Amino acid sequence: MKLIRYQAPNSAPWAALDRWSDLRDELNSFFDMPFWSGSGRTGQLFTGWSPAIDLYQSGDHFLAVVELPGMRKEDIDISLHDGTLTISGERKRDSNNNGETAQRTERYVGTFRRSISLPTRVDSSKVAATYEDGILKVTLPKAEEAKPKQIQVS
Amino acid sequence: MNTLTRETRESDRRQAEQFIMAPAGVTEISDGYTLEIEMPGVKKDGLEISVENNELTIIGRRSLPAVEGTLIHRESRPENFRRMFELDPSIDANKISAKIDQGLVTLTLPKAEHVKPRKIAVS
Repeated sequence: MKLIRYQAPNSAPWAALDRWSDLRDELNSFFDMPFWSGSGRTGQLFTGWSPAIDLYQSGDHFLAVVELPGMRKEDIDISLHDGTLTISGERKRDSNNNGETAQRTERYVGTFRRSISLPTRVDSSKVAATYEDGILKVTLPKAEEAKPKQIQVS
Repeated sequence: MNTLTRETRESDRRQAEQFIMAPAGVTEISDGYTLEIEMPGVKKDGLEISVENNELTIIGRRSLPAVEGTLIHRESRPENFRRMFELDPSIDANKISAKIDQGLVTLTLPKAEHVKPRKIAVS
């Protein structure tokens, strides 16, 4: 049995109903989804856990802030591909259920995967991340050509 | 039996401050209960746990450091966290302990001695 965390109505998939293009995309991605394979990619429709991401921009870098309470550092994966930052990982159930009875399970256990496109190119060799108080912070310095430049009038 | 902690409905009270209802998990173990609540961004100092009239309240206040730059995409909510539970009468409220690690609050709620199962020796 799979428990799927409650989604607030405004983030539910059917909120797309009033935006036909989104609905079409959603349907297309649904049919593209290899859900019978039982592994790998799962579309937004079936993702139980979708951690919140905030993205900040300053002159020379981006900062992604992700809420990931109760994880272990080594269970978080960060990757950068074609200007898309992907954060994935797995929260493992840490108890072995010996004589335990779950009475309330709102917390999601399992894998998650989130991607966010960055507006400009970043220098992938200088990406740094910290994990503290259940918050993951990924600093992505902009690539040289994407940084704002002052041009002197001669 | 064992309604660990019935949740106190928050909607029937007026409140000035808005809180996020943090996701929680309750597990019954042989001599008590474990309550886990997700409060990302909350440090030990920001945590406020109280029991009043058999009602357990957990408030987590985030002290988010100022971030350089402008916010261009937001999914998180800026409010603080709160959860309230009504304690099961079997819980010894004086022995509740709590810890916070990576934004996950874990409370241990032991059952009172008189409700723990015990063997009675036949003399």
